[in-house]
Amino acid sequence: MSIAAKFEIEYLQYLDAEGNQVRDDLPAFAKDLDHMVELYKLMMSTRVFDAKSVALQRTGKLGTYASCLGHEAAHVGIGSAMKPEDVFAPSYREYGAQLYRGVQPREVYMYWGGDERGNDYQKEPARHDFAWSVPIATQCLHAAGSALAFKIRNEKRVAVCTIGDGGSSKGDFYGAINITGAQNLPMVAVIVNNQWAISVPRKIQSGAPTLAQKGIAAGLFSIQVDGNDIIAVRKAMEDALDRARNGQGGSVLELVTYRLSDHTTADDARRYRGEQEVKDAWAKEPMKRLRAWLVAKNVWDDAKEEAWKAECDEWMDNEVNAYLETKTQPVTAMFDYTFAEVPADLAKQRDLALSLDKKAH
Amino acid sequence: MAQITLIEAVTQALAYEMARDPSVVVLGEDVGVNGGVFRATQGLQEKFGELRVLDTPLDETTIAGVTVGMAAQGMKPVAEAQFEGFIYPMMEQIACHAARLRNRTRGRITVPAVWRAPWGGGIRAPEHHSEANEHLFTNIPGLRVVMPSSPARAYGLLLAAIRDPDPVMFFEPKRIYRQYKEEVPDDGEALPLDVCFVLRDGTDVTIVTWGAQVKEALEAADELAAEGISAEVIDVATLTPLDFDTIAESVQKTGRCVIVHEAPKTAGFGAEIAARVAEECLYELLAPVERVTGYDTHIPLFRLEMKYMPSTERVVEAAKRTLAVS
Repeated sequence: MSIAAKFEIEYLQYLDAEGNQVRDDLPAFAKDLDHMVELYKLMMSTRVFDAKSVALQRTGKLGTYASCLGHEAAHVGIGSAMKPEDVFAPSYREYGAQLYRGVQPREVYMYWGGDERGNDYQKEPARHDFAWSVPIATQCLHAAGSALAFKIRNEKRVAVCTIGDGGSSKGDFYGAINITGAQNLPMVAVIVNNQWAISVPRKIQSGAPTLAQKGIAAGLFSIQVDGNDIIAVRKAMEDALDRARNGQGGSVLELVTYRLSDHTTADDARRYRGEQEVKDAWAKEPMKRLRAWLVAKNVWDDAKEEAWKAECDEWMDNEVNAYLETKTQPVTAMFDYTFAEVPADLAKQRDLALSLDKKAH
Repeated sequence: MAQITLIEAVTQALAYEMARDPSVVVLGEDVGVNGGVFRATQGLQEKFGELRVLDTPLDETTIAGVTVGMAAQGMKPVAEAQFEGFIYPMMEQIACHAARLRNRTRGRITVPAVWRAPWGGGIRAPEHHSEANEHLFTNIPGLRVVMPSSPARAYGLLLAAIRDPDPVMFFEPKRIYRQYKEEVPDDGEALPLDVCFVLRDGTDVTIVTWGAQVKEALEAADELAAEGISAEVIDVATLTPLDFDTIAESVQKTGRCVIVHEAPKTAGFGAEIAARVAEECLYELLAPVERVTGYDTHIPLFRLEMKYMPSTERVVEAAKRTLAVS
């Protein structure tokens, strides 16, 4: 028998669910405990932010909101590994990565609160990142296109996209990793496998034992990672970004995690998954293990936890206030950004909307 | 100066703009070494290299999505859909992203890209190679839909499309790709994207059309002239955003309007023009608006396709019907 090709998928983990270190070769960034504390703090602020968002929705101050509960290690791991000049193409719940890149909580609130200005990220580097992408997996091709632009212009930058386990079923994902392999593009596709695409479980998405192995078919470096272990996520991301930046090609990362929340605030996950499964998932959630590890290293304790939580609460209250004080855009805003300049034909409709609006007041 | 065909004018415009602006890139299936199945990109890869004239994997979704990504990061991609009938997988990227990124990011992200596609029937092509579906795009806000009808307008409008800061669908009527040649100076002069072109002045009836049907409209005007009827012929050229003022001015003058297009009749772009004529020119109308269009069927395979197309004869008859009323 002759073998045409062979492959295997590595599974990467440094911290188990209890915060025990399962291997000794810690990456350099993880030896810098101050930095690890910073990562933990951002994971925590992400969680506080998320809880605040859900509370805003429940009290009628936000529209439908997609929670990121349980994804903190995955998202902060992605965001913290990227360089400012890189480009991020998220789907719609990667707040942990986006906060790292300068997206402000008030912008997230504005977007889910029905205001396009939420997509107009004011701070770099988020300002050159893509906006939230609701049509599943379409953003993967935007990352591939960005990477192609970087290659043509000979820039040492990397484009990163994230999708879910469900998103990895879509042609846009396959198309993106395919051209990344064919053109050797600096692109990293991260599958955040949180086990659920609304009500459809991972096993219905694919018969493949890992989602990472889809990258093998595209000729990309592919790895499965404990997505609740930020050290593993960050390490896999750093390696993938380095390879891409150095012209050694793109990667597919599968971060195995769990969506502890409903799909969105409009969803009720109790309709389709059991309590025990969610309880088991809570035992493996990302904050607990990192906290245990940091406490064991004597760099974190309850007092620090409380103090940081209070700071997060203050930050979020400030952001919520800024959001709630934001006035609704004038009716003309729906016309003014359709084209670079309002065409004459559209200007007539703009005038109509304006006159109706004046009459209504 | 050399005389060139419509397809050669497309190549000339691409070459001019690629030489002028390093951010312009061409991508699609077979656009590289082969120069495109119609030769629209002939010689461009030799001149500008494999990265700026890029043969993509055979996936229209990939071409469309990568085009959005490149444009969002400062390039000016000109993507080719090999045939209009293959454009459907591109529509999600065009409608959900290209056409709305500027709006949904309040101008932070823009998509200055062009999608070219050989459009329409009449070349005895296989199935799915002859579609006329511009009306599927004219209902998408944020998109410009442009169709040239001569070598000079192909050159000038394509330059304008590439330079436009917003996404443009550039549908090339392949039936007239090599219909005739004319002098097209390679001077980099773009034509405006916000006007209809009055190709022939007339006083009795206005014939409004675009793309390949400009040929039949002008032939019909000649036949009508032989019978003493003066027809004005308007090439809409940029369907959206529409310059209706030029059409209104003409219909208010002639009092009669015949709209000609190859796409199916129901909810075709002619319906929009007819509705606008009703809204803005009703009291000047001397006869009901006529539409001469493809039928509400799929375009037949090639043995019957010319019986589907609006013919010169049908246009002449429609014009005469408008004159018979008063």
